[in-house]
Amino acid sequence: MMRRSWMPSGRWFVIGVPELFLFVFLLLPFLILLKISFSHADAVGVGFEPLISWLEEGTLSIKLHFDAYLSVMQDDVYLLTYLSSVGYALLTTVLCLIIGYPFAYFLAQGFPTLRPVMLMLIMLPFWTPFLIRIYAWKNILDVNGLLNQFLLWAGIVDEPLQLMFTKFSFMVGMVYGYIPFMILPLYANLVKLDRRLLEAAADLGARPWQRFWLVTIPLSREGILAGSLLVFIPAVGEYVIPELLGGISILNIGRMMWNEFFINLDWQRAAAVTMLMVLIILFPIWLFNRYQMRLMEARR
Amino acid sequence: MRRFPWLATSWTMLVYGFLYLPIVVLVIYSFNDSRMVTVWGGWTLRWYAEAAADQVVIDALVLSLEIAVATATASVVLGTCAAYALTRYRRFPGKGLFTLLLNVPLVLPTVVLAMVLLLFFVSLEHVFGFPQKGFTTLFIGHTVMCVSYAAITIMSRLREVDPALEEAAMDLGARPSQVFFLVTLPAIFQAVASAWLLTLSLSLDEVVISAFLSGPGTSPLPVVIFSRARLGLNPEINVIGAVTVYLVLAGLLLSSVWLARRAKQRARENAALLRQAKVDALATSAAS
Repeated sequence: MMRRSWMPSGRWFVIGVPELFLFVFLLLPFLILLKISFSHADAVGVGFEPLISWLEEGTLSIKLHFDAYLSVMQDDVYLLTYLSSVGYALLTTVLCLIIGYPFAYFLAQGFPTLRPVMLMLIMLPFWTPFLIRIYAWKNILDVNGLLNQFLLWAGIVDEPLQLMFTKFSFMVGMVYGYIPFMILPLYANLVKLDRRLLEAAADLGARPWQRFWLVTIPLSREGILAGSLLVFIPAVGEYVIPELLGGISILNIGRMMWNEFFINLDWQRAAAVTMLMVLIILFPIWLFNRYQMRLMEARR
Repeated sequence: MRRFPWLATSWTMLVYGFLYLPIVVLVIYSFNDSRMVTVWGGWTLRWYAEAAADQVVIDALVLSLEIAVATATASVVLGTCAAYALTRYRRFPGKGLFTLLLNVPLVLPTVVLAMVLLLFFVSLEHVFGFPQKGFTTLFIGHTVMCVSYAAITIMSRLREVDPALEEAAMDLGARPSQVFFLVTLPAIFQAVASAWLLTLSLSLDEVVISAFLSGPGTSPLPVVIFSRARLGLNPEINVIGAVTVYLVLAGLLLSSVWLARRAKQRARENAALLRQAKVDALATSAAS
């Protein structure tokens, strides 16, 4: 017992090492980002004036510069980029839901013998690199790609369509990349659906569509919310898909952050853009948490 | 559903087609004997030979593997500690903040994490002169992302391990480190191994953090593929993609063979036990 009081014990190692790691390499970087976003470049342009300084008269001065935030707020390009990223992420979420919900429903309610294999087949593409799977679409959507060759062969079009670097190619890539994140939580939710409730609704005279709208959908609300959040949040910050399939016509926050840092060399603005992005992401998470809290209270 | 079986079947088939079409096309085009990737020119293996001889690709692959092994190992060590701390110690200083930080990489898009780390490393370099962007920054960046995944994987297993086992070992006089290495670790070993594989594949697959944190001359494979893929179609990338597909299929095949063999072996052992039990029963009845 004496030994423990002065030797570093296993307990402190187990707690201290990961804590130290995350404090130094995650918390500190966030604080530095915050500091940079509120700082003002000095004459050299790269160094920063200290935010907090001790003045000689015995006063502590804290200077927060909002320049970076103001310039982001005032320039329409930033606003448009945020709106576009959020808008495309919403569209991706809705498309994934429209395609994924029936799929998850059919999978959860039918195909009893094939179900394990079918679930496996949904998860299998996860094992091939994301980048490769997105790149693979270029083979299909290129001007000389498979889809254009097919359309020409079938006589549907006379000359190849420009499919790459359009909203179409971008959305194909987004839905392709994110649909498993929608299907899996929906499936997990729908597989627990109590069929007796549907039978009861049928006995009470509900038509099939009414049963679907009034029983199945409300009962799977949690799955819909979880899936939507799992798609929406990474979709807002997606960087690879717009770069490979979207092209410059698609305004995207990730590329804007990259350009601010690597091309404009404006650290403060890069930091401010990142901070605003964090706020955009936190909002739906906060809403979801509040919803879940209320749900838990209601159950109690 | 019961009324429209054709709808269910065709909808699911369409979704599977959507999921697998690009992968199949990629594999087929990797054998295409033509500079124009999508114009069919017969079968060839020459792109495989070119990719295997491409020094940039080989260097990038080696770097990626080094980073991935280092990241996976560090993430599993840190993740095991974190999981142990969170499941076994009810309260310790900074637990709330620690839990929050551990969730951040799971929730935030990787661009945010990449930018935060990039500004951190360049600020450090600006003040102290190190670290230069390269292996170190890539390794730390990947580990920050992967620790969380390792921790949740291991935590879900650790919760199932009965603390009574550890207490029993302690009562029998084992020191805490002995308890951990002789009781806890063997019990969670499978989860630790799968966390290692998971973080290995996450690290090999990571594009955004790698692109932001790699320096001149230290580009891991995803960054090389990404910068080439941006320029357009490229037969070598089709080959690299096809090879990853083969590796996945081979891994799947091996693991299913292994599982089937284990199931068969277990069945054989059970049969042997049953036979033994029958013999014993006969012997006792004969004796009486």
